[in-house]
Amino acid sequence: MYDTLIQMLDATMRVSTPLILAALAGLYSERAGIVDISLEGKILGSAFAAAAASAVFGSAWVGLIFGIMASVMLALIHGFACITHRGDHIVSGVAINTIVAGMTVTLGLHWFNLGGQTPALTGNERFLDITLPFAHAMQNVPVIGQIYTHLLSGHNILVYLAFFMVPVTYWVIYKTRFGLRLRAVGENPQAVDTAGISVTWIRYRAVIVCGILCGVAGAYLSTAHNAGFLKDMSAGKGYMALAALIFGKWRPVPVMFACLLFGFLDAVAVRLQGFVIPGLGEVPVQAIESLPYVLTVLLLAGFIGKAIGPKAVGRPYVKERA
Amino acid sequence: MKGVFLASVTALAMSASLVHAADDKPAVVYDQAGKFDKSFNEGVYNGVKKYTADTGQKIREFEPKNEAQVEQGLRRLAKRGYSPIVAVGYSMSAATEKVAKDFPNIHFSIIDSVIDLPNVQSIVFKEQEGSFLVGALAAMKTKTNTVGFIGAMDVPLIRKFSCGYKQGVKYIAPNDKVIVNMVGSTGAAFTDPTKGSELAKSQFSQGVDVVFAAAGGTGIGIYQAAADAGKYAIGVDSNQNYLHPGVMLTSMVKRVDQAAYNTYKTAAEGTWKPGLITLGLADNGVSWALDKYNEKQVTPEMVAKMKTIRADIISGKIQVHDYSKNGSCND
Repeated sequence: MYDTLIQMLDATMRVSTPLILAALAGLYSERAGIVDISLEGKILGSAFAAAAASAVFGSAWVGLIFGIMASVMLALIHGFACITHRGDHIVSGVAINTIVAGMTVTLGLHWFNLGGQTPALTGNERFLDITLPFAHAMQNVPVIGQIYTHLLSGHNILVYLAFFMVPVTYWVIYKTRFGLRLRAVGENPQAVDTAGISVTWIRYRAVIVCGILCGVAGAYLSTAHNAGFLKDMSAGKGYMALAALIFGKWRPVPVMFACLLFGFLDAVAVRLQGFVIPGLGEVPVQAIESLPYVLTVLLLAGFIGKAIGPKAVGRPYVKERA
Repeated sequence: MKGVFLASVTALAMSASLVHAADDKPAVVYDQAGKFDKSFNEGVYNGVKKYTADTGQKIREFEPKNEAQVEQGLRRLAKRGYSPIVAVGYSMSAATEKVAKDFPNIHFSIIDSVIDLPNVQSIVFKEQEGSFLVGALAAMKTKTNTVGFIGAMDVPLIRKFSCGYKQGVKYIAPNDKVIVNMVGSTGAAFTDPTKGSELAKSQFSQGVDVVFAAAGGTGIGIYQAAADAGKYAIGVDSNQNYLHPGVMLTSMVKRVDQAAYNTYKTAAEGTWKPGLITLGLADNGVSWALDKYNEKQVTPEMVAKMKTIRADIISGKIQVHDYSKNGSCND
């Protein structure tokens, strides 16, 4: 039983990683007042760029850099439409998602002739699992040994990076000058403008950070968790991350727990398949599949309370004319 | 006089187009997994490619992006007079039935589903027989007496695979455990390698050392997980042994390429017939793959045993239960 729990938590960490990265990305963007429904597209774009670059240059790190560049590019397009041209954030986001879904497959077909997939990645073209020091020595220590050896050790570096980004984000948002201004442009851009700070520049920096984090999430999908790009491989993770962002009320630590909850429910769903309830027989797969969503609705309705976003989110900032 | 002549010519032309459902504009509609899923659709695509290479006849292809496009695509092809139209996959049966009713002059062939219409040819495979074989091989290979099955969706077609697989395992080792998982409940279950890899890892942690994936593109994640963990995997539909040499124990091959090829060939020769075509072990419609990529994993004794089992199934000595007969696997 204890072993099973450890394995489930281990799977939770793997599955939650892209959600945490994407949700934190969304946090920077939305806290600055930019609604970002294009998390999905950025993840997918980065997953493709990372897998493609990694296959060509033979290094996962080069792949990661290309993934981040692709994602930042998309973020800047979103910023250009929403900040500079004051376009509708949702429309721009949906446009990016649609373009990326088509473009990745088209470019993939053209470059690799594998029907929109990238070649399968091997060896250094992927981020491999890291064994933390003393993992083997700790193995036999009761309780803690299990947790250290099987749960904490043996993930790839991007998993650790994702969890490391949570306190970093907390610190940036709440303890730095940039964070204060970022929150301010999301709540009351007029006040920031009055103080002589450029709303535009703060918002641009926010979407760039958002792009970087989505880039890491995408690279994780295609070069760490999987070995290559497959069309539509983001499979709704960007939207899940958005849900987690609202779930966690736009605050870093609760957002991380929301992502972990989603990941855990996913892991439970995998484990529960074929589970027999005495008297009722085997639980149907469909029922287990819907469990995460049902629980999310229940938790949102019953326990979390009202989720109120940043006040100026989704509203383009227009300087008052003299 | 001129008017009458023109009218009669038009009438003649019209009647001609009605009588001759000219089977000279072949087309194919893939399912949502896309034609390069390295599995089911790619099998059909290989048949299409081969036919074009052999005859020079171009085949119009359509890849729907979502479920709504399936019917649109079929309808548009039918309207333009494409015939025969091959519909790939059970998920298209409702759309194909609707369109086939509206275009009685167009010939349709559907793979993996049965539609009872005078202009539709239904091609189904005895997946249970092929799955029985690879199940038997899995049971011979496993050291932990536990083998796994991962299907894309909990639908009768996939259950046919899992049921045959189970029977094959139990035939060799009645006490071996078979762990069955399904990826999801929507079409996306065929293109979700991440979920596939998680399911595989979960099975490995429960002692599975051979996993059979009947999950289209999702399989790529499952095979990768097997490669990372040093376990064996069994491919599906196309021969997937080349994907991970040394990891792929074998593949349950469904000759959809041949099915598609034959459809076009018979149509061109004018011998295309509506009705039900069932392809099993005896017709080489299903088989298990042995090639240079997996010959090291399969010992000569195993090969010999597999040959006996295959012959026994064909002769009827071994009866493989078909899940779709009664919707249950408890024969």
